[in-house]
Amino acid sequence: MDEKNHIITSPVMGTFYRSSAPGKAALVEEGQAITPSDIVCMIESMKIFTELRCEHPGIVKRFLVENEDPVMKNQALIEIEIH
Amino acid sequence: MFKRILIANRGEIALRIIRACREMGIKTIAVFSDADKDSLHVKFADHAVNIGPALSRKSYLNMACIIGAAKETGADAIHPGYGFLSENAEFAKACFDGGITFIGPSAHTIAMAGDKSAARKILTEMGIPVIPGSDDIVVSPEAACSIADRVGYPVILKAAGGGGGRGMRIARTPEELSSAFAVAAGEAGAAFGNPNLYLEKYIEKPRHIEIQILGDSHGNYIHLGERECSIQMRYQKLIEESPSCFVDETLRRKLGETAIRIAKAVNYTNAGTMEFLVDKDKNFYFMEINARVQVEHPVTEAVTGIDIVEQQILMAAGRALAIKQEDVRFNGWSMECRINASDPNDNFMPSPGQIASVIFPGGPGVRVDTHIYDNYMVTPFYDSLIGKLIVWAKDRPSAIRRMQRALAEFEITGIETTIGFYRRVFENEQFQKGEIDTHFLDTMGQTAKRG
Repeated sequence: MDEKNHIITSPVMGTFYRSSAPGKAALVEEGQAITPSDIVCMIESMKIFTELRCEHPGIVKRFLVENEDPVMKNQALIEIEIH
Repeated sequence: MFKRILIANRGEIALRIIRACREMGIKTIAVFSDADKDSLHVKFADHAVNIGPALSRKSYLNMACIIGAAKETGADAIHPGYGFLSENAEFAKACFDGGITFIGPSAHTIAMAGDKSAARKILTEMGIPVIPGSDDIVVSPEAACSIADRVGYPVILKAAGGGGGRGMRIARTPEELSSAFAVAAGEAGAAFGNPNLYLEKYIEKPRHIEIQILGDSHGNYIHLGERECSIQMRYQKLIEESPSCFVDETLRRKLGETAIRIAKAVNYTNAGTMEFLVDKDKNFYFMEINARVQVEHPVTEAVTGIDIVEQQILMAAGRALAIKQEDVRFNGWSMECRINASDPNDNFMPSPGQIASVIFPGGPGVRVDTHIYDNYMVTPFYDSLIGKLIVWAKDRPSAIRRMQRALAEFEITGIETTIGFYRRVFENEQFQKGEIDTHFLDTMGQTAKRG
């Protein structure tokens, strides 16, 4: 990973969601510009939802997991290209 | 009587229901998701049916699949437990339409209990006290002040779009209320995308007190006394007890009679709970109906000697209650700690993972309802409740000492749990004196930080 890339990781073991609720549009798409206020994905663990953001503005480069995939704590989820 | 009951649930409550069935000579059918294939409810039931993937939506909430499993295995009744489909009117109706008895109230009653504003309206008309406030969205600071004048200060503004403390403001004067209005609306808008507020009278030092009722299909109703559930964190109950040291004989009788009036008003059948807030002057206000067996039902079982799950099954099978109100005797004191897979040192964040080893407490007056064992995998797919530690003793001080003894014995390694946190709560002097309200844990946290 070079300096311009940032990896968003999961804070907890859980289920990875790309949208805020089943059937809703994805929160962000690959290639999309994001700011620190944008929610990029959700992790559900034991019925508790955690919204993840990227602390730097940038562009969503690549999703490393699929919607509804089980994820481990600290697992890499999304690669962000930092501006 | 039923021949086979399908249990549409998992975890400790599935085991609880299997145990009641086995003692009654009824065969059991477990359902399980892919994540639960090694679970004890699968092992203990007479039959087990896989109903799909780990995600609840695709398994434990999949009505068609569960009813299909019931038909395939010849189940004549379904026990929904708590959570999942237990308070889903559509599921109760689907069971009924499929010729399977739903062990719980009718679909109609579940729908009424779930529609909080409709329930509030019916009960207000009957003269049952509900928390006074705006019946609808409050449109302006002026409107808020006029409602506050009617219900009396202090008042609380709450976000219509959600809970969890965001968009909530307490005001003790009209001036405070006017300035709080804009702040609360702004917070609510940011948190829930909906700036709408409603207003309620703010109950100071409220206690959460609930009444367990049983109602059969022949119009007989009894209540099994109260449970105090004031020890909560973000509206989640953590410690429950019965009786409550705050409830005297007069209040108990009044709450019991009110709970039964509410049950009759919504044609409630089976076991249910009426939740109340009780203020420091012992005024009580109806909050909501829980149309299911509750997590904390064992404390009532311990002090009354009545098996609530057995009663649920008997009533669902059409039997008349064999217990009359005058037969219900309260004996001793019972307390329960909910053991959660969450980390008290990390803001109670979920802590799923593999348990390495467990040592369970035991001895006189100790009951442990749990589905965990050595090397059990606590998956992140479901609730964080991994067990309940229940004690019974002759009075509250003895129950506290027994709980402390049991908590000292209880050891779970491999994941974070709330056991150590409960050890601290039970050492707290205010808690020991029974000086508790629903804000107790917030206050205890602050005191601990200051100390």
